[in-house]
Amino acid sequence: MNPSNYIILSALLFGIGATGVLVRRNAIVVFMSVELMLNASNLAFVAFARMHGNLDGQVVAFFVMVVAAAEVVVGLAIIVQIFRSRRSASIDEPNLLKY
Amino acid sequence: MQELMPATGVFSLLWLLIALPLAGSAILLLGGRMTNKWGPYLAVSTIVIDALLAIWMLVEMMGQGAEERTFNDNIYSWVFAGTFKVDMAFQLDQLSMVFVLLITIVGALIHIYSLGYMSHDPDRRKFFGFLNLFVAAMLLLVLANNYLLMYVGWEGVGLASYLLIGFWQYKPSAAAAAKKAFIINRVGDVGLSLAIMVMFVTFGSVSFEDVFGSTGQASEGTLTAIGLLLLLAACGKSAQFPLQAWLLDAMEGPTPVSALIHAATMVTAGVYLITRSNAIFDAAAWAATAVVVIGVITMFMGAIIGCAKDDIKKSLAGSTMSQIGYMVIAAGLGPVGYVFAIFHLLTHGVFKAGLFLGAGSVMHAMKDNVNMRRYGALRALMVVTFGTFLVCTLSIMGIPPFSGFWSKDSIVHAAFESSNLVGICTVLAAGITGFYMTRMVAMTFYGKARWEDDAHPHESPAVMTIPLIILAIGATFLGMALLFWGNIETWLEPVVGFEEGHVAIPELLLMAITLAVVLIGAAIGWIQYARREVPVTEPHGNLLTRAARAELYGNEINDVLVVHPSFWLSRFLVWFDNAWVDGFVNSSAAAVGGLSGRMRKYQTGFIRSYALSMLGGAILVVVALVLVRLS
Repeated sequence: MNPSNYIILSALLFGIGATGVLVRRNAIVVFMSVELMLNASNLAFVAFARMHGNLDGQVVAFFVMVVAAAEVVVGLAIIVQIFRSRRSASIDEPNLLKY
Repeated sequence: MQELMPATGVFSLLWLLIALPLAGSAILLLGGRMTNKWGPYLAVSTIVIDALLAIWMLVEMMGQGAEERTFNDNIYSWVFAGTFKVDMAFQLDQLSMVFVLLITIVGALIHIYSLGYMSHDPDRRKFFGFLNLFVAAMLLLVLANNYLLMYVGWEGVGLASYLLIGFWQYKPSAAAAAKKAFIINRVGDVGLSLAIMVMFVTFGSVSFEDVFGSTGQASEGTLTAIGLLLLLAACGKSAQFPLQAWLLDAMEGPTPVSALIHAATMVTAGVYLITRSNAIFDAAAWAATAVVVIGVITMFMGAIIGCAKDDIKKSLAGSTMSQIGYMVIAAGLGPVGYVFAIFHLLTHGVFKAGLFLGAGSVMHAMKDNVNMRRYGALRALMVVTFGTFLVCTLSIMGIPPFSGFWSKDSIVHAAFESSNLVGICTVLAAGITGFYMTRMVAMTFYGKARWEDDAHPHESPAVMTIPLIILAIGATFLGMALLFWGNIETWLEPVVGFEEGHVAIPELLLMAITLAVVLIGAAIGWIQYARREVPVTEPHGNLLTRAARAELYGNEINDVLVVHPSFWLSRFLVWFDNAWVDGFVNSSAAAVGGLSGRMRKYQTGFIRSYALSMLGGAILVVVALVLVRLS
């Protein structure tokens, strides 16, 4: 099995996710981009696990999913709270915590 | 070497001698206003009990054989580190015995006198507390059996004198005098502490027994160094040249303080130190010679200052310096002189206390005016004060048969035994003593009344005159008693050693010459100050008089040699601190502050730029990893 295709796909997905985080303003979309990056890395883990014939990478992928789920719970709660108080989901507006 | 006897019987109460006044002072100083009423009487009673104990001990000691009179009372082990061990131990031998007697008996008389003298002072409780503290420290000084413990007493005496000189601390002059005394004493203390350190390095012990027992093992250079350091210490405490400047200013304290500290006891600590360390000075000829030279210089300085001061207490202070100079000379002469240094110290302690208390009595009558030019014709109004003052004066001048004659004559004789030059100096100084003491008596008690308008002289109360009378009796008979009945030479000989030298001049002739010189001095003083009118304002005077009024420029010399250079040094250090030390610290702080001020700007609060920097950082890490792998 040739892992390079999977790795290239993973890199592409990761790049799309990172670009999304950097250029999009809507918090929900940024959040989805973060999920995309996480899953890109999951794909790489699973591909390498398959290549080496052991389960380490699979296990890590599971952990990443669990962490991502937890992150979604907390992150969405924060976004909803911010939206309630500011009537906006833009991540550029909450900038009080600065110099 | 004497045998050390365990302290049994009354000698087991040795610690009580120190503990009583110490407890008295603690009660008075910590007890607060509660003790205002009965505190002074408690203080007096502790010293009186001490004096009675001391007399009892003397009687017991006289019952022992000459070689069995050193009693050692070991309380507990005080300092122990490796092989170094110092005990909290007291030693009573013939030398410390006479000191204990002097301190407790003269101290008791001065305490009693103070009851009258300080009766109107609102802080008299504090005063008596300090006096008790002083006596306790002085007793510790003379009873310690090692140098380290003695150092504790030595410092305690310095502290107590600071507190007492500055007792009227609301007067700026008193506060300054107290500080001056304390600081100059510190200079001497450095000498003592260094001497103790050298002893520890050389002998491995600081107890008298070990140090004196092993002087033979040390090189002469080491012993000379120890001797000179001890001399420095003695100069500080005994107001000897070049550390004499504090004594005259110390007269700012109440008069009983002047009598107790600066005449009878504290200034004698230096003489005690030298005499106690006789084994060291005997083995270090150079150090002993230095002691004599210092003594001669101070003897003349004190006498000259005493001649010119119009302040009765300062004139007496000059005379104290001069008389201590005599003792220091005798102590420096070696075994021919130690005994007589102590002999003169004892008689001087009595008659100088009498003179100071007499001066206090006069001041009491003249509303605390100390200027002798505003006294005069007081002899009819203050009969007891005049009589006792006259007796003490005759004693200090060395007129037979008063005490001072016997002790001073012994020193003159001892001085001629070792060097004619020193002998002639002591005779001349005796003449000057005759002059200034006659001047003092003439200006105070004879001539016309030159009082301030509101002065109403009167005799002091009995509580003040009775101590004066007792001291005058001592000033009359103590010399003969010690010499003929007490046999002071054989009494002290086991501790300090004694040998009789040979003098070319017959003894009686020498006595007659000394007496003649004293009488000439007294006659000049009498003609100048009793027969002629004494001007109320001081005349311009010649060069020497003006110099003596300025205390021979001792303060100015200190200013030029020590005070100004230390000011310069401290100003330089302040500048260095501000410009360089602070400059370095402040500029590095400013650099960090400025830098962080700039860095702060990157905290924009703009989340996407944080994300970008995180991404950039991650890429940097990856690139670095790849580069490391590839290389």
